[in-house]
Amino acid sequence: MLSYIIRRILYAIPIIIGVNVLTALLFFYVNKPDDMARKILGEKNVTPAAIENWKRDHGYNLPSFVNTEEEGVKKLTETIFFQKSVPLLWFDFGRSDRNNIDIGEEIKTRMWPSLAISLPMFAAGLVISLFLAMMLAYYRATYIDIWGVVLAVVLMSVSTLFYIIGGQYILGKLLRLFPISGYDTGLHAAKFLVLPVIIGIIASIGVGVRFYRTVFLEEINKDHIRTARAKGLTEGMVLFKHALKNAMIPVLTNVVVSIPFLFYGSLIMETFFAIPGLGNFTIDAIQSQDFAIVRSMVYLGSILYIIGLILTDISYTLVDPRVRFE
Amino acid sequence: MPVILATDLIVFFLAGAIVYFAFSVRGEGIAARAWAGIRSNRLALVCMAVLAVYFTIALLDSIRYRDPVLDEGGRHAVTGKGEYIYNPQALSLLDRVLSEMRTDTEKSYSAPFARYLFTKESVELPGGETVRDYPALKHPGAHWLGTDKVGTDVLFTAIKGVRTAIVIGAGTTLIMVPFAIFFGVVAGFYGGLIDDIVQYIYTTLASIPGVLLIVAFMLLFGTSGYQGGLVSQSQISLSFFVFNERLFWLALILGITSWTDLCRLIRGESLKLRELEYVQASRAFGVSKPGIIARHIVPNVMHLVLITFVLQFSGLVLAEAILSYIGIGVGPQMGSWGNMINTARLELSRDPIVWWNLFAAFVFMFALVLPANIVGDAVRDALDPRLRTGKGWH
Repeated sequence: MLSYIIRRILYAIPIIIGVNVLTALLFFYVNKPDDMARKILGEKNVTPAAIENWKRDHGYNLPSFVNTEEEGVKKLTETIFFQKSVPLLWFDFGRSDRNNIDIGEEIKTRMWPSLAISLPMFAAGLVISLFLAMMLAYYRATYIDIWGVVLAVVLMSVSTLFYIIGGQYILGKLLRLFPISGYDTGLHAAKFLVLPVIIGIIASIGVGVRFYRTVFLEEINKDHIRTARAKGLTEGMVLFKHALKNAMIPVLTNVVVSIPFLFYGSLIMETFFAIPGLGNFTIDAIQSQDFAIVRSMVYLGSILYIIGLILTDISYTLVDPRVRFE
Repeated sequence: MPVILATDLIVFFLAGAIVYFAFSVRGEGIAARAWAGIRSNRLALVCMAVLAVYFTIALLDSIRYRDPVLDEGGRHAVTGKGEYIYNPQALSLLDRVLSEMRTDTEKSYSAPFARYLFTKESVELPGGETVRDYPALKHPGAHWLGTDKVGTDVLFTAIKGVRTAIVIGAGTTLIMVPFAIFFGVVAGFYGGLIDDIVQYIYTTLASIPGVLLIVAFMLLFGTSGYQGGLVSQSQISLSFFVFNERLFWLALILGITSWTDLCRLIRGESLKLRELEYVQASRAFGVSKPGIIARHIVPNVMHLVLITFVLQFSGLVLAEAILSYIGIGVGPQMGSWGNMINTARLELSRDPIVWWNLFAAFVFMFALVLPANIVGDAVRDALDPRLRTGKGWH
């Protein structure tokens, strides 16, 4: 088991390096540091000296990939790519281009608000989706099932933007049940979180219910379920004990891979509800064209995704005895 | 003088593909099976008709030409070299059909079917006196969905968003399909080192958060091209072709972020097909590997392509709205439902609220995405009911 985990982690290393090189190409090679300096300093009254100054302050004054002026190993280390990319491997994100803030520190403080909104949204959404999907599977091929599926398709055909705008308007502004947006420290944050969580659940429920329903139905039509029914078990017993257990395997792939992403937050949810999480941080960076932050977030997202994949594989081996470690 | 945008080619290609499918439904291929699935389902058939209306609008909005400028005498204005001068605005057939809707603008907001403006202004009475009142519209009752802040007809703006949605929803998949088929088939069929390399490429691409890759790409490429609206002379090459277009870049980058799912599916399928008896037999007969791929493998993964095409469509339309909302989607000049939602957000905080912009975007989007989802399900059920394609675009 341990050797399997180690091998999975080793397998992730080339992918992490690949992500690193790709983002470096995109951000430093296609987009020249000179252009970045000009964008940040403002297009109008910018002098070559000011650009040089900015590049030196932010470490962009080196060649992109190979430094021909240096000797030996320094040929490779004294470059933008090496200076900016390699520290990412041990999560040293450096400083932002515009406000010179420590990106790593910012990520550490901002991931908690992100988690505070995405964790309840994810957990409650999952439980509700699974419950409704199981109900539809129980009443399969009746009007409850048919209309349930229709409703799910209708729900997933509406853009998240409408759920957010509509929810803020009806629940927040007209009914005044919750504050429309904002955030507070500690437990006071709860009242700000209810509305985004409700909206997030409604927005994701259509896709979830439909997906889990097909998973359950597939399981219900299998032979061992027919056997369980044949030996006289109640339908509830069959569904909860025999079907649910096996259906958990495909559910797991879908769930585990997104767990690390809970730290990452949601771009639009956080901007709409003014929650000072990582999603909001990223949107601000996009709008102010701060490439150092965007690049750090790209890298962080990739790492979280890869962690999710590894966790998925490990959880597979735990729940499904047919999966071998080799 | 015709003007062809890069994304127009996508719409034309799509039209060609639809005609081809329409002719091959009588055969025995996947088109026939998909059609059988849709035909036996009355709801899917209705939805198909709705999609056809949307596509017709998109097609009409993709055939565009520039009018020559007329001088005072009503003759064609010419340059010193004797060439005609053309209007910088390339109007599509749709613009020309709906020309009244396009040109009948008001001063500012007006509610649907209103006869008066939405806001009070100083109106001069016949006696010379001025009062604050709602001035009469220039075209009372003509705006079925009202007008927006600068007085443009909201229905017209919403209709202009159709082409953008179709290009993103269908064009993205069309652009990426050749790559997905090539890499997927080659990886699955040849295996070994090639397989490892292809798997490495798509795992790496898949692990980068899609939205941020799109952001980086659009900040680099999207800002320079044609943003919608007037076509400037410098953007036209060969006197009629506009390649550097923001919408095209958006479709391309969405394709780069979404081809990995299809590639993985095709790889798995070709891995399975490679071992089938008829493939083994043709190998024993000495058919070359590229020959086997062309004759046996590619035709047998096409159902995956079709399913992915229809299932991704709705997700991509929704994604376009979100990206335009963040400000990295289509240009502000381009008709897009995301842009409409973006402006509508502020209008909701007015008192009394301006709701028709949001309403129009909602109705148009919902009426496209819902049928697309239903048709997608019908096609999937007809071709490969057991196929599970993740949770779509994220």
